[in-house]
Amino acid sequence: MKPYLRQQVPKTFADIPEGTAYEAGFLVTKNAGWRNIRPVVAADKCVGCLQCYLYCPDGVISKAGDKVTIDYDFCKGCGICKKMCRFGAIDMEVEK
Amino acid sequence: MAKEFLSGNEAFAYGIRLARPQVISAYPITPQTIVVEKLSEMVEDTSLQAEFIHVESEHSALSCAIGASAVGARAFTATSSQGLLYMAECLTYASGGRFPIVMMNANRSTALPWNIYGDQRDSLSLLDCGWIQAYAENAQESLDLALMSYYIAEHKAVSTPFMANLDGFVLTHTYEVVEVPEKEQADLFLQPYKTENKMDLATPRNLAFSVGPDHNIAFKYKEHVGILNAKKAILEAESKFAEIFGRKYSGLTESYHTEDADYIIITLGSIAGLVKETVDKLRAQGEKVGLLRLRYMRPFPNEEVAAAVKNAKAIGVLEKDISFGNEGTVYTNVNSALQKAGISVPSSNYIGGLGGRNIPEEEILYIFEDLKNEKGIIEFLGVGGAKA
Amino acid sequence: MSLNAKTLNEDEFFFGHKACAGCGGSLAVRIALKVLGEKAIAVLPAGCMSAVGFNFPQLCFGNNAIISTFAGTASMLTGVEAGLRAQGIHDFHAVGFAGDGGTADIGIQALSGAIDRNDDILYICYDNEAYMNTGIQKSSLTPFGAKTTTTPAGKNIRGNIRPKKNMFEIAAAHGIAYAATASVGYLNDFINKVEKASKIKGTKYIHVIAPCPTGWGTATDETIDFAKEIVDCGLWYLAEYEGGEFILNHQPKEFTDVAQYLKKQSRFAQLTEEDIDTVRNSRDQKWESIQKNYKRI
Repeated sequence: MKPYLRQQVPKTFADIPEGTAYEAGFLVTKNAGWRNIRPVVAADKCVGCLQCYLYCPDGVISKAGDKVTIDYDFCKGCGICKKMCRFGAIDMEVEK
Repeated sequence: MAKEFLSGNEAFAYGIRLARPQVISAYPITPQTIVVEKLSEMVEDTSLQAEFIHVESEHSALSCAIGASAVGARAFTATSSQGLLYMAECLTYASGGRFPIVMMNANRSTALPWNIYGDQRDSLSLLDCGWIQAYAENAQESLDLALMSYYIAEHKAVSTPFMANLDGFVLTHTYEVVEVPEKEQADLFLQPYKTENKMDLATPRNLAFSVGPDHNIAFKYKEHVGILNAKKAILEAESKFAEIFGRKYSGLTESYHTEDADYIIITLGSIAGLVKETVDKLRAQGEKVGLLRLRYMRPFPNEEVAAAVKNAKAIGVLEKDISFGNEGTVYTNVNSALQKAGISVPSSNYIGGLGGRNIPEEEILYIFEDLKNEKGIIEFLGVGGAKA
Repeated sequence: MSLNAKTLNEDEFFFGHKACAGCGGSLAVRIALKVLGEKAIAVLPAGCMSAVGFNFPQLCFGNNAIISTFAGTASMLTGVEAGLRAQGIHDFHAVGFAGDGGTADIGIQALSGAIDRNDDILYICYDNEAYMNTGIQKSSLTPFGAKTTTTPAGKNIRGNIRPKKNMFEIAAAHGIAYAATASVGYLNDFINKVEKASKIKGTKYIHVIAPCPTGWGTATDETIDFAKEIVDCGLWYLAEYEGGEFILNHQPKEFTDVAQYLKKQSRFAQLTEEDIDTVRNSRDQKWESIQKNYKRI
C-alpha cells in the first residue's frame, strides 16, 4: 500500500469537498521531471541488503524478489541510494 | 423540568452538559472562569462524561478542540477578551476546516487600557472569522443556546463553528431562576455528532491541507454558503426546541413592539432587557417606540432587520463596540442591510457600555429622545455629550 | 526481534511528496510512519513536511494526517488523542512531526503543556537546524556559526552567534515518560526508538537530526553522510531519557575532525580557526557533562 496516481483529478466546483478533508494518499502529479540523473541497479551486483530502500527519502525503492526495483515516476535522482550501496550495484546515469 | 437559581456562566455549563461534549479544552480567564470550573466539577462527579483537558493557553484550547473535532468528537471551549484574541489564528482554522466546535465567549473589553468588565469589542472585532455568532440576553437563553448551538453547528448543511456570547459579569455573573431540561429530553433534541469531515481509521483522510489559487475560492464559497445555511438551521433548531421543551425563540432577531414603532433601538446582548423595560414605560406614556434585538450577528439577519424597521421614522443602534476610525460594527452591518433592501430610514449610532460602564435607563430614554432630532451621528455615551 | 530494513513494514505512507531531493526530514517522516503503520494519525504544523505533502489535490500521506497551526502541533495531538479515546477508540498512534522552529521556538509552549499533562502522544522533531521552508532563517536550533538568511555572514558578524538549544534535555526536564535523540544517519537506532516509544504510554519526544542539502549547502547525495558525521564528530549524540535517567546509546571511540565536518558545508564556510575552536570547545564541554550525567549501556 502506498499513495498512488489517480485517473480522476478534481477539477470542477462539484469535485470540491465540503471542508478540507479528502481521501488519503491521492496523487495527481509525478516527480520524474526533477531528475537529471537516474539510479540504475545492476542486478548481478545487488545482494538485496536493502540499505538503498531503507535510506531513500522518497520511498521509491522497493523489494523485488531478493533484489530491488525503482519507481522512476517518483525518483528525484538525489543519489543517496548509490552512496548507501556498499556493493557498487547502483550507478547514476545521466537522463537523456 | 427542574428550576434552579443560576448565573449565566452556570446556566451555560448546564446547557453544555446536556449537549454531552466529548472533549472540553479550556484555559481560565475572567469572567469566563465559572463556566469551566462548573464543567470540571461535572466531569469530576461523573454527571458529564468528557475528557477535560487543562491546556496551557487559549491558542492550545482551540487547537485541541480542532484536533478532537478532526477525529469526529464533539468539542467545547470557552474564553473571553484577550484569550479570544490569543486564539484568533485558530478561529479561521476551525471555520475553514468546517469543524463545528462550540465556544462560549464571555464578552469583555480588550486591552489597552486593561479592563476585565464587559463590552463586545472582543467578539465583534472577530466577526469575519467565519464563526456563527449568537448573543444571549439572559441566563435562560444562555442555557438554551448552549444546547441549540451544537444542533445548528453540526447541521449537515452548516458544519460551522459556533460562538455563543454572554455579556461579561452583567450576564455571566448574574443569577436568575432558570428552567433546566431533563437529560432524556435533551437527548431527544440533540443526536450524537456524525460526520465524514474527520480522520477515520477505516477510511484514512488527509485534512486541513493547502489549496492553491485555482481552487481556493471554491472552498471559501462553500464555507460562506455553510454559514448562510445556519439561518434555516437556527429556525429548524428553535422549532424542534419549542416542540420538546415548550420555550420559543424568534430566529435571528427578536422584535419588541417594532410593528408600529416610530423610533427603534437596535441592540444585542443583555442590555436588551433594560431597553424592553424602557419601551414599556414610554409606551405607557403613548410613545411609539420599539426594540429590535439582534440574536445573531453571523449569519447577519439582513432581511429581518430591513423588515422590522422599514416603517420607522428613525433608528438608533446601541452597541458596546467601536471600530476605531469609522463607527460601531453593528451600525455598519445594520446600515448595509437597509441599503441593500432599498430602505431609507435615518439612523444613528450610540456607543455605550465600553469597559463595563453601566448604561442606565436615562441613557436609553435619552436615545429615544435624541432619535427625534439627530441623524447619522455617532455618539459616545458617558463622555459629556461628545459626538464624533 | 528488532525492526530493520528486512522486517520493516513494506507499505509507504509518505510518498509522492515535493520535498527537495535528498531531504533528511522526509526520510525521518517516512521511516517513522513505516514503524508506526496504518494506525498512525499524523499531525504536522506549517513547515517543510506539510508544505510538500498536502497540496490539494496532491495528498501524500497514505495514513490519516492533518496540518496543525504552526504553534499547535502538540495541542492538536492532544485533541486527536482525547477525541478518539472519548469515542472508545484506543488502537492508534497520535504522532506529530514538527521542524526545529515549530518545536523549539513557536511550538515549545504547547509541547511543554502536553508533556506536563503526560498526554499519550509521540512528538518527533525533525531538526534541520533552521526555518528551511521559508528560505533558511535562523531558529533556536541553528548551531553556532551557521550562516542563514537572517544570520548572514558579513564583515562584522560571521553567521549565528548563539549555540543550539538542547530540546532533548528540555523535554527530559519535564520528567517526560520517554525522550530520545536520533539521526537519519543511524536509521536502525531511530527505528528502534520510534518502536520503543510507540509502546510506552504517556508523552514521548524524539529529536532526530535531519540534514537539509538546500539549507546546509551540501550535495543531495551527502545527506546521510552528514547525518552520520555530526554524530561521529561529537556535535550530536544518540541518547535516551527514561525513568528519570539519561542514557548514552553510542560512544564514538574517537571523534572525527569537527573542522572537516564544518568546512564541507557552505553554511559554515566563513568560520575562522578561532570559531572552529569555539565549536570544538563547546562540544568537549558538553561531552564532559554527558560523561558525568549520562548512563552507558
